[in-house]
Amino acid sequence: MKSLKITGGRLSNTDAETTVLIRDGIITAVGEAAGQQSAEQVFDASGCILAPGFVDLCCNLREPGNGQKGNIASESLAAAHGGFTTLCASPDTSPVNDSGAVTNLILDVAAKRSAVRILPVGAITRGLEGDLLSDMAGLAGAGCIALGNAARPVKNARVLRRCMAYAQTFGLTVMFSPENQALAADGYAHDGLVASRLGLLGIPEVAETAAIMEMLLLAEETGVRLHLSQLSCARSVEMLAEARKRGIAVSADVAIHQLVFTEDALAGFDSRYHVRPPLRSEKDRQALLAGVRDGVIDAITSQHQPHDSAAKQAPMAATEPGLSTIESTLSMGLLLVGRGELDRASLVRALTVGPASVIGRSAEIREGAIADLCVFDPEASWTPDNTSLCSVGRHVPLPGKAIPGVVRLTLCEGQQAWPRNNL
Amino acid sequence: MTANDPSSSSLQLTADGQLRHFLTLDGLSRELLTEILDTADSFIEVGERSIKKVPLLRGRTVVNLFFESSTRTRSTFELAAKRLSADVLNLDINTSATSKGESLSDTLLNLEAMASDMFVVRHSQSGAPHFIAESVTPGVAIINAGDGRHAHPTQAMLDMLTIRQHKGGFEGLKVAIVGDVLHSRVARSQIRALNELGAAEVRVIAPATLLPRDVESLGCTVEYDMVRGMKGLDVVIMLRLQKERMEGALLPSEREFYRLYGLNQEKLALADPECIVMHPGPINRGVEIESAVADGPQSVILNQVTNGIAIRMAVMSMAMGGQMAERNRKLAGRAEA
Repeated sequence: MKSLKITGGRLSNTDAETTVLIRDGIITAVGEAAGQQSAEQVFDASGCILAPGFVDLCCNLREPGNGQKGNIASESLAAAHGGFTTLCASPDTSPVNDSGAVTNLILDVAAKRSAVRILPVGAITRGLEGDLLSDMAGLAGAGCIALGNAARPVKNARVLRRCMAYAQTFGLTVMFSPENQALAADGYAHDGLVASRLGLLGIPEVAETAAIMEMLLLAEETGVRLHLSQLSCARSVEMLAEARKRGIAVSADVAIHQLVFTEDALAGFDSRYHVRPPLRSEKDRQALLAGVRDGVIDAITSQHQPHDSAAKQAPMAATEPGLSTIESTLSMGLLLVGRGELDRASLVRALTVGPASVIGRSAEIREGAIADLCVFDPEASWTPDNTSLCSVGRHVPLPGKAIPGVVRLTLCEGQQAWPRNNL
Repeated sequence: MTANDPSSSSLQLTADGQLRHFLTLDGLSRELLTEILDTADSFIEVGERSIKKVPLLRGRTVVNLFFESSTRTRSTFELAAKRLSADVLNLDINTSATSKGESLSDTLLNLEAMASDMFVVRHSQSGAPHFIAESVTPGVAIINAGDGRHAHPTQAMLDMLTIRQHKGGFEGLKVAIVGDVLHSRVARSQIRALNELGAAEVRVIAPATLLPRDVESLGCTVEYDMVRGMKGLDVVIMLRLQKERMEGALLPSEREFYRLYGLNQEKLALADPECIVMHPGPINRGVEIESAVADGPQSVILNQVTNGIAIRMAVMSMAMGGQMAERNRKLAGRAEA
């Protein structure tokens, strides 16, 4: 594709109808200027929204090492299907991405097979074991966009403090999922009404809030740029806002399913909704939504965790946490828009500029920008099932239910990532 | 959020409301619970005959699938199945398949190949019987014999039968459950049953470390002080305390627990003079309960054991009946089509 003109779509931020011209992977004109020029191909986006390509701060691609759960080709295509053009890949692979060699391997495979841009997150501790520092500067040099410990615990506050201080030396961003291991213990569900009734082992809110408090204090002391991944509690949002007010360099995201579901999804022991951090109460969900609306929470992530079916086929305690979400993240967001719980501008911001700014990138539709674009029809609906899904992981939220928002076109650097077939 | 969970109801009841699995008391109506008690009453008489058998499950195979060992519960289920004339297979999975790394799904597929009609399941993980009921072939009934911290519905129902025998009914009753409610599947099922059957008050008496979060939402009041909590009780149910609770920093010592939450004659004297004392067993004398109380005139602990067989006969025959009715309905539907 050398040049492409997208006509008739409305911009996600202004809702104004416009034309976008793309040449050699770059947006060369927007609006009237674009309308007047000709292109080799024209895409009619009437009735659709034009948004920058979505950026996902936490996505599990499962490659290398876990091919039964997914691979870079399958999961990047699923991402393109969901409108994403940039994925921050979790270091929790096998082997763990804790060396430049693994980073290079991921980037090599991505260059050959990925439908979208993949930015690896490096492991901040060796083997993600939470004990010894990884070669952070080497990882960053190889192309890691940030460093984190996936959802694994860092051994203690001393190691955490040194992780942050060392990362700060090189100006690297650290990403942590806040969870105090001793308080979470063997839990796998929100310590609340549903867990009490069903006899599920609970993870109390304080497992998250105590960890956040420790991380914020250490970030303030070391001056590192801290990103908190996947908040789940109302109190966490308050703490985040207070920390920002204090001037601590902290950002945060929330997984899309935390905005849609609560602990009630586990009634009837539905292991599909076994996620980590756990789905919490309605009060927490409301506070997280408010956090996204107010911009206190920078980003919505998919926290995409594809699994093989065996990983979810057991009593809940024996199943692996995670949903296969990347294809329906936009749709679940639009479901919230339809219910009046979230406005579309906030949704798109939390999927584009919000996460992009966390990793020091931009995401906008303007002349001269890289042509990362998503064109979606907010009125059309689709049904996640075996014929529509691209991910290896089939444990999607709301399976078999018609959900709003169909991605008509995803462009990554001007290349067509979705649909699979040529226009 | 009510304690009545619709997703469980649809799993364990047939379209016309008959029992087809027995997984939890959530979602079961007072009428159905009463039917279980009435059916059990009719089976008590069977146990008193010289030939203790009825042919309700003749030709049926019942598999006792115990992923967690238990002598008492398994033997009462075995006796109940045999008195219903079923063939019984006891499988201690704890020591066989799963320790060789076989998944629960695979174990089940193998057992189903043996053409069993009913699985009696005990498992250390909450929800395991639900998972099994969702994955077995239609026609096979699942009876929950205790899953993790979730439910032990046959134990709760035999307790209800014992209470009804001694108190005549549930209206106006004040019942306390004392001890380790947090880890107790028995307590969760009892609270649910007592609420559904119309008890006036269910009180849990324990220190905060042994109570689940938001325990009141289960349908009970909380009392930390046992001396205050004993006043006016008609029924006191003591729970078993596992020794490992001390290691988990939930309790300082057995001695302190016994002093504060153990049932002795002095504390029992604070309750109604007709108050009965119950315990799901096995009892820890001198930890939860004093011997003089456990063996005393107000104790109905051994009645509970006898009632256990009748309740299990009732539930097994009712679930098998529900499965049969469903199968006949499907066959009739197919014949019509």
